[in-house]
Formats: sequence, structure tokens, C-alpha cells
Amino acid sequence: MKNRLNQLIASKYFSFFVTVLLFAILYGAGIAMYKGFMRPQVFLNLFIDNAALIIVTVGITFTLIIAGIDLSVGAVLALVCMVLAWLLANTGLPVGVCVLLVMVMGTVFGAAQGYIISKFDLQPFIITLAGMFFCRGLTAVISQDTIQIENPTWVALASYRVDLGIGFVSIGAIVALLTIVVAAVVLGYTKFGRTVFAIGGSESSSALMGLPVFRTKVMVYAISGFCSSLGGLAYSLIMLTGYNLHGLGMEMDAIASSVIGGTLLTGGVGFIPGALVGVLIQGVILTFISFQGTLSAWWTKIVVGALLCVFIIMQAFITEQKSKLSSKSSMEDNNDPPIQPTPSGAES
Amino acid sequence: MAQALLEMRYIDKVFPGVKALSNVNFTLHAGEIHSLMGENGAGKSTLVKVLTGVYQRDGGTIVMNGKLISPKTPKEAQECGISTVYQEVNLCSNLTVAENIFIGREPKKHGFIDWKTINQRSEQLLAKLDVHIDVTKTLDNYSVALQQMIAIARAVDVDAKILILDEPTSSLNEEETKHLFKIMRQLQRQGMGIVFISHFLDQIYEICDHVTVLRNGELVGAYEISKLPRLELIAKMVGKDLSAVKDMDKFAEKSTPSEEVFLDAKDIGAVGKLREVDVTIHKGEVIGFAGLLGSGRTETAELLFGIEQIHKGSIRINGKKINLKNPMDAMKEKIGFCPEDRKRSGIIGDLSVRENIILAMQAKDGIMHHIPYEEQCKIADDCIKLLKIKVSDREQLVKNLSGGNQQKVIIARWLATQPNLLILDEPTRGIDVGTKTEIQKMAISLAKQRGMSVVFISSEMDEMVRTCTKLVVMRDRRKVAELTGEDISSDGVMKAIAGGAA
Repeated sequence: MKNRLNQLIASKYFSFFVTVLLFAILYGAGIAMYKGFMRPQVFLNLFIDNAALIIVTVGITFTLIIAGIDLSVGAVLALVCMVLAWLLANTGLPVGVCVLLVMVMGTVFGAAQGYIISKFDLQPFIITLAGMFFCRGLTAVISQDTIQIENPTWVALASYRVDLGIGFVSIGAIVALLTIVVAAVVLGYTKFGRTVFAIGGSESSSALMGLPVFRTKVMVYAISGFCSSLGGLAYSLIMLTGYNLHGLGMEMDAIASSVIGGTLLTGGVGFIPGALVGVLIQGVILTFISFQGTLSAWWTKIVVGALLCVFIIMQAFITEQKSKLSSKSSMEDNNDPPIQPTPSGAES
Repeated sequence: MAQALLEMRYIDKVFPGVKALSNVNFTLHAGEIHSLMGENGAGKSTLVKVLTGVYQRDGGTIVMNGKLISPKTPKEAQECGISTVYQEVNLCSNLTVAENIFIGREPKKHGFIDWKTINQRSEQLLAKLDVHIDVTKTLDNYSVALQQMIAIARAVDVDAKILILDEPTSSLNEEETKHLFKIMRQLQRQGMGIVFISHFLDQIYEICDHVTVLRNGELVGAYEISKLPRLELIAKMVGKDLSAVKDMDKFAEKSTPSEEVFLDAKDIGAVGKLREVDVTIHKGEVIGFAGLLGSGRTETAELLFGIEQIHKGSIRINGKKINLKNPMDAMKEKIGFCPEDRKRSGIIGDLSVRENIILAMQAKDGIMHHIPYEEQCKIADDCIKLLKIKVSDREQLVKNLSGGNQQKVIIARWLATQPNLLILDEPTRGIDVGTKTEIQKMAISLAKQRGMSVVFISSEMDEMVRTCTKLVVMRDRRKVAELTGEDISSDGVMKAIAGGAA
């Protein structure tokens, strides 16, 4: 029994299980307390309302896996919203061109941050903090006031609903789900994805194993920029405005979601479906509060803060358990016969 | 002779302030196991890193199979067919065993990584090395020795023409080493050229065909191993003539301990660490703790230094009963301890030699008590001279020193505190013959000239026999014998270790 528990803890997916379990408990509690929670649309709304955060979290998870960070995501999202609104309001460019322009802008910005970080071996924290100030400032320079989006195509897209039979979802939600699937496949089944994990495990080892460390790092930050821009579009579809304070502090929500979903800030460990559930947990808490009706929305932050704390401690505990297990399988400094499975053929 | 597989000609490499390699030639033929020998800091690792693209050479040419190559990154070297296993395991502990073997060259199916094939092939590969483990578990589930085997599996599977093994056996036991040698011979027959670096002379003579000797970044020569007697090889490595090397074995006479007892440990033990040991350490004595790895020798030293607390028994120092709660208590009693793993628990690479030496003194005096700069310099210079530490100056960063010299810096650190008892745990591991001898001699002279007591712990029996005046033999975390005078011999120790088991 103890052995099986140890195995479970050592499993890569342990923290994902815990996260899913937590989500299920929260959702179950919601159903028990409020009848409305039963409606499938409430569940689908989680995706509609949090589409932007889901996409941004995917991007930031890439940077966290290589033991980096991207603090600029919220600001890039705001800049994208603003530039898009400005372009639609002040130029006659078609929507498609405007979308393409802002996507390229965000991706190039991310790649530039990645280039600076990798080329000069700098702290990603500082560089992306600078990037955050830069983008937030630029957003305000374009306009201090809210710019409304009145472009009919964009407004139509924003109100478009896809019927799933049990309810409906927005375009943003679909894009978010697609992002999740693509990111999970990329990380799990491509050379690039595995190199990302290898760099998180040990950058110097990765280089010695002949992996393209530099290129991969730049691409990771480019992906984060890309996701921030995509998140910006999803955000714009909900708000239909460009505004200086859009997505304020969103980088922190994204980091929190990712960590609750099992990503280690020390790098090398991260799980995209976990990150999704991390966002959904935040969404459920918010839904709770709106059902309850009298509580301040800030309670979400309090609960998320507590959860983060619990998850970090849990991760430390897992790491410790793991190192205990591996010292057991070590053959040196141990007179006891090794535990199954036999760690080496030397004994056989 | 057929065309060489690899020819490195007139290789130069300069680091700031140091000429690491100058005009070094190295030739490797297909189907040959070639050893690179030299003291620590002779340039073996640098030469390897130039070849594998980690460092850029400053001069010279590399010709492989008649084609000029100049790998700029490890990846390029791999593409040329040069595969390397480094001394420190360079794998990613967060990835699975299988992935570590295949990353960077994963087999694919429909454009995506084919995990099934990866896992299967990894299992087969490791089975060839006689390693049977769950390859889908992450690497951090396994011991360093196993990780080393996995690194070798990776290197062997890459379609390599040249395989470089940089001290692969330092973390392997005898059985595992044998397996490795079997694999090496197999690869040799397939026509691979293997570069093998090791400090173990026995292994060099067992497996290698040729040896290239380096000293101080310069080429001494390349020899056929069967025509080079061991002593001559050592002489070439340390750059002394044969008679001087023979002298090294005839040691400075051992110290003669005084009657006075410095430390007396009675039946000390700690739960889960040590069962029962009693040791009496006289002044001016070099006492050895012998036994196999994990027999309790390091644990005993840790108890004497207060790293672990004793749960039973008593320690008396100068006749007074002392309760050592932490290393600081031990330092106050003038005990010094050089730990086993210098990288992890001793040296601070980013500080200078002087700062590293002053560290223990400063810790003892407390941070409020400043040691004047001039005094620091004087202490550092004295130590550098006394221990013959090879540095460009006292402000050189320790990480730029070779392993043997780093070890000396740690010893210097404790000498600076002027201890009455100095514990050296594996002070000679992973360093070259010349420096080893120097450290052994130093232990003896400290005991002789300063009346210091020295605890010497080593896995190498000869070294203990040569250096110590008393040997405490341990097995299964308890003391099984104490040898003095004439009884001290490799044979005697072996018998004592084997004793109970027979």
C-alpha cells in the first residue's frame, strides 16, 4: 500500500490528479449549493469567460518549463487590444490584415525578448519586466482613453456563438481549446517540445547533448508572445475595446494557473492540461462568487493565493519524496539489498 | 599504417592568463582504445572539449578521415561522429531514461515522436549493457552509477566513429566497470576509435592500446602501452625521471605519535548512521579509517566533527568530556574537516583562492571580527607555498583551478585555522598521482612537524598503508579491528574487512 502511494507520488501526473480532483470537488460543492451550477452552460461559460487567460497561460507555461518567465504577457495583451482597436477605428484595413499585423507584432516582440535573454544570458525576469513596462507604456501613448471597436465584422465575430447541443461557446473559447491541444501535442510529441523540457532540466547538459538551446529559447519566448497576442484577440472579442488597463496583472493569474496545474518554477516540469484546469479552478471560484452574489470578486484572489501556497508546499513535498526514493535505489552508501526493481544488472 | 581516424595537429588553447594547450598532437586510429594521461590540469579535459566543440581552439587543425573539421558546438561534433560521455553525468534528470538516450534524434512516426519505439529501443540498448530498469521512469529515480551507464548507452547508440569517455569509471563499481570494458572491446572490434580517460592505472593497462601523455598543456609523447612500464608512465606524467618516481614510494618516514591523547571517543554511535566505534587519537598521529564505501568511515568522521550528533558513547578532547552539537563546536576544539565531495560541500568556485582559504578562519572568529587584508594575504601566500598550490596569484578564482589544486585549497582553508586535529575524507580522490603523493607527504609532515593529529580516510589501501601510523578498520558501521606498526599492510586490512564474513 505504502509502495503504491509512493509510486503515485513519484508519477509525473500526481499534481495533475490533485488539480483535477480539486476542480471536481469545487464543482461538486457548487452543484450541491446552487442548483444553477448543474446547467452545462455554466461549465461552458468557464471557457468563454477565461478564453484569453487560458491562451496566455499556455504561452507562459512554455517559458516556465525552460525555467524562465514572461512577465510581459498582460501588457502585450493590452497592447494588442489597443493596436487592433486603433487600426479598426482609424484605418480602412480589412479585419484580417489588422489581426495579422497585431499577431506578428506580439510574436516578434516575444522573439526579441527571447533573443536578448539568450544572447546575453540575462535574467528573463528583468527583461520581461522591462518588456511589460514598455508595452504598457506604449498602450497608454496610443490612447489614454478607451477606444471602442465598432467594426461590424469584429462585432459579429464577438457575438457569434457555436452551438454544441448542450450549450454554446464563443469563438474565443474554441481558439483557446485549440491552443491547448496544439501546445500539448507540440510539447509531448515534437523534437522542439522535448528540447524545451530538456533545457528546463539542465541547460548545460542540453547543450552538451547537442540540442539547439539558443534557437529553442528564442522560440519559446516567441510562442509566449504569440499566445499573448492570440489571448489579446480573444480578450478583444469579449471587451470590444482597446484600453490601457486591460489585462492588468494577468501575468500573475497565468503563472498561478500554471503552477496550480503542476508546473515547477524551477523548470523542467509542466503539463498543459494541468494549466487549463488551473485556469478553470480560478473560473469556478469566480462563478461561485457570482452565484453567491454578495461576496467581493476579490475573494477569488484570496482563495487562489491560499491554493498557490498549498500547491507549492505540495510540490516541495513531492520533490523530497522523489529524492528519498532515488537514494533508496542508489547502490552506494547502502548495505541493504536494493528495493525492486533491481536497479542494475550488476547484481544479476 | 592505415590512415588515421582522427588527427589533431598543433592544437593551441589559451584561457585568460593560462595557456591550457600548446602545440598538442593527438592521433587516433580506427579500432583503437587510446588513453589520454596526465596530471590534473595537464590539459586532458581541455583537449577533449576542443574536440567536442565545447571550446574553440586558438590554433591547429583537426583532421578526421582525411577531412578537415572544426566543430563549433557539441551538436556539430556529434554530426561529425564524435560522441562523448563526460565525467559529470550530463543528462536531464527531469526526462525519462529512454528520452535521455534519444533526445535530439528521436525516431518519428507521421511527423510525431514515436514513444513506443524509443522505449523499446532504449530497453534493448540498456540490456546490451546488462542494465535492466524501467526506462519510462525519470532519470532522477536512479543512482549516479546507473545514470553514467545511461549516458554511455546514449553515446554508444549515436552513430559514432569516435567515442570519448572522460573518467567514466569513477562512479562505477568493479562489476560495472567490467561490463563497460566488455562493451568497449565490442565497439573496438566494430572499428570505433575510443578515447579513454581515467586515473586508474590498472584500467589503463587493462583496456588501452596506446597512451598519449600530456603535461602542463604540452605533449610529452604517444606510446604503445605494452612497451611502457608503469613507473615510466608515471615519470612521464609528473615530469621527473624514473629514480625520483621510485623515491616517491619510499616515503618520508612515518610520524611518531606522542603518548599524549588528543581525542578519545568511546563507543560512539548514531541511530541509522553508525553502530559502535571507539577511537583514540594521539597527538602527532596519522590515523586511517579503512573500510569499504558505506562501512561507516565517513560517518565516524562526521560524528567527530559534530555534523551528526552522537546518540551514545562519549567524546573526550584533552581529557575533557565534550558535547559536539554542531561543526562550530568542533572548530572551537580545533578540529578541521575536509569533506569527501569537494565540489558540493567544500569549494566556492566564484571566490578567489585567498577568500576560500580565509573562509574557515573567518567562520570561527565570527563575522564581526575582521581579519586585516594584509594578514589574509600572508596566510594565503604561506599556504600556497606550503602546499605547493599551482596558481597564477592568490586572487585567481578557485573554479579555474584543477581538481588537485582545489583539494589543496580546501586543506589550506583548514590549516589556516591551525587545528589540532585535521580530518581528511578522501583527499586524493580523482586527482593525479603526483598530487596524491604530495598530499600524503603533507599529512605526514603536519603530524611530524606540528604535532598535529590527522585522520586520513581513503579507499585506496596502498595510500593508507603508506601514510598512517594506526588504522581503524570498519565494516557494517562498526569498528572491527585496529592495526598498528608492523600489522599495517594491505593484506592485514583486507583480512580485517573480510574477517567476520568468512
